[in-house]
Amino acid sequence: MRSMTGRIAGTVIVAALIFYAGYAALFIAPDEKTMHEIQRIFYFHLPSWMTCFTAFSIAFIANVAYITTRQPKWDWLGVAGAEVGVACCTIGLITGPLWARPVWGIWWTWDARLTTTFILWLLYVAYLLLRGLLEEPERKATLSAIFGIFAFLDVPLVYMSNRLWRTQHPQPVIFGGENSGLAPTMKLVLLLCVIAGFGVMILVLIDRYRLEQLRFEFEELRHEVESRSSDAQFMREKGRS
Amino acid sequence: MNTARAAAILLTKELRLEFRTRELLSATVIFALVVVVLFSFAFDPTNAESRRYGPGLLWIAFLFAGSLMLNPSFAREQANDTLDALRMAPVSSFAILSGKMLANFIFMSLAEVVLVPVFAVLYNVSLAGVAWRLILVLVLGTSGLVITGTVFSAISAHARMRELLLPLLLLPILAPLLIAAVEATASLLTQDPALDRTWVAFLAGFDIVFLTASWLLCDYLVEE
Repeated sequence: MRSMTGRIAGTVIVAALIFYAGYAALFIAPDEKTMHEIQRIFYFHLPSWMTCFTAFSIAFIANVAYITTRQPKWDWLGVAGAEVGVACCTIGLITGPLWARPVWGIWWTWDARLTTTFILWLLYVAYLLLRGLLEEPERKATLSAIFGIFAFLDVPLVYMSNRLWRTQHPQPVIFGGENSGLAPTMKLVLLLCVIAGFGVMILVLIDRYRLEQLRFEFEELRHEVESRSSDAQFMREKGRS
Repeated sequence: MNTARAAAILLTKELRLEFRTRELLSATVIFALVVVVLFSFAFDPTNAESRRYGPGLLWIAFLFAGSLMLNPSFAREQANDTLDALRMAPVSSFAILSGKMLANFIFMSLAEVVLVPVFAVLYNVSLAGVAWRLILVLVLGTSGLVITGTVFSAISAHARMRELLLPLLLLPILAPLLIAAVEATASLLTQDPALDRTWVAFLAGFDIVFLTASWLLCDYLVEE
């Protein structure tokens, strides 16, 4: 029961945080000189990337830990991290073009950072798909952990290859360091949004982890019930003969 | 039995199995040819443009063909549960994996030996003078494709819809390999060909990273 109270309290706090962060991003943060209103999407865009990379890193650590220890809890954490990461990544991939269209004049550019995150998203969607298509729980955990490790190893290679490649061509848009010269209020609002974003991420991550744990326990119980009922049937038939 | 010898024996078995029917090889070559021909409809290959798109097209054809060809590598073992027999044999799991990798490398290379000259003829690209450098790029690129592809073939063999799953797992991972292989090949097909050392080093790095990862993880991979 104590954990239930904790969860309700956590949810209420995070909900309050995210609402206040939304309010602050829309009404408290000062207007940006050149980009105006559209710049406000940045307060959600940046946290979505930070949470996305954190969640994927958690998934990678969990994958490695599962391979070395073989404890199911690491598999639960792995799937939770991957799923939450894909959700955050999707938010980032949607808010990015929404901002880029009015500011850069294009929805999308095949720049190193954008391409890398897109490939990252594809890789982790493939990871989730793979989990859905593998039947046996233990095999699913091991094989998807191996794929997860390969996928994470690929990310720096994707980034490096795109950096090397694109620098040989003129870039359509050049990132001007976004953090340089942020007004103090903007910084505070951004900090609030980052904290709120991480709050949501951690909350969802814990819930997803619990869900996977419950699924695992449910499967174990079902196996036990099945084996017991077949035992009982065997005994009954034996008694009859 | 040491790993090298066990891998060599497994390699002979894979080769014997394939050369009895040659099904896999002929299907791979034909599939890649279909891709090359279809591309010529999608982009009108005039002379100057073929130099620009050619290397990309060639590697896309190899990657697609490879992602289909690597499918039976482990799936074939499931029909008669022969993978269990292999696991029970007193050989290391890296021997099993590397035997399959070598066999797949040979199949893919044989397909490329047929495909590259055909590509050169169809797209009016001159390969004279760059042959050895091109072979280096092809070997490094094909190794990367085969290393990751064989591991993923072992993963997808246990899944439902495995024929569809393998390309989904493999092609995104190969994105950096595609960039590097295409750029390295393109640098050889320009007016004054020169081997781009950066991309060759990148390809070698890709191979080393994933070969090391497969070596570290192969016990868990084959055991499941």
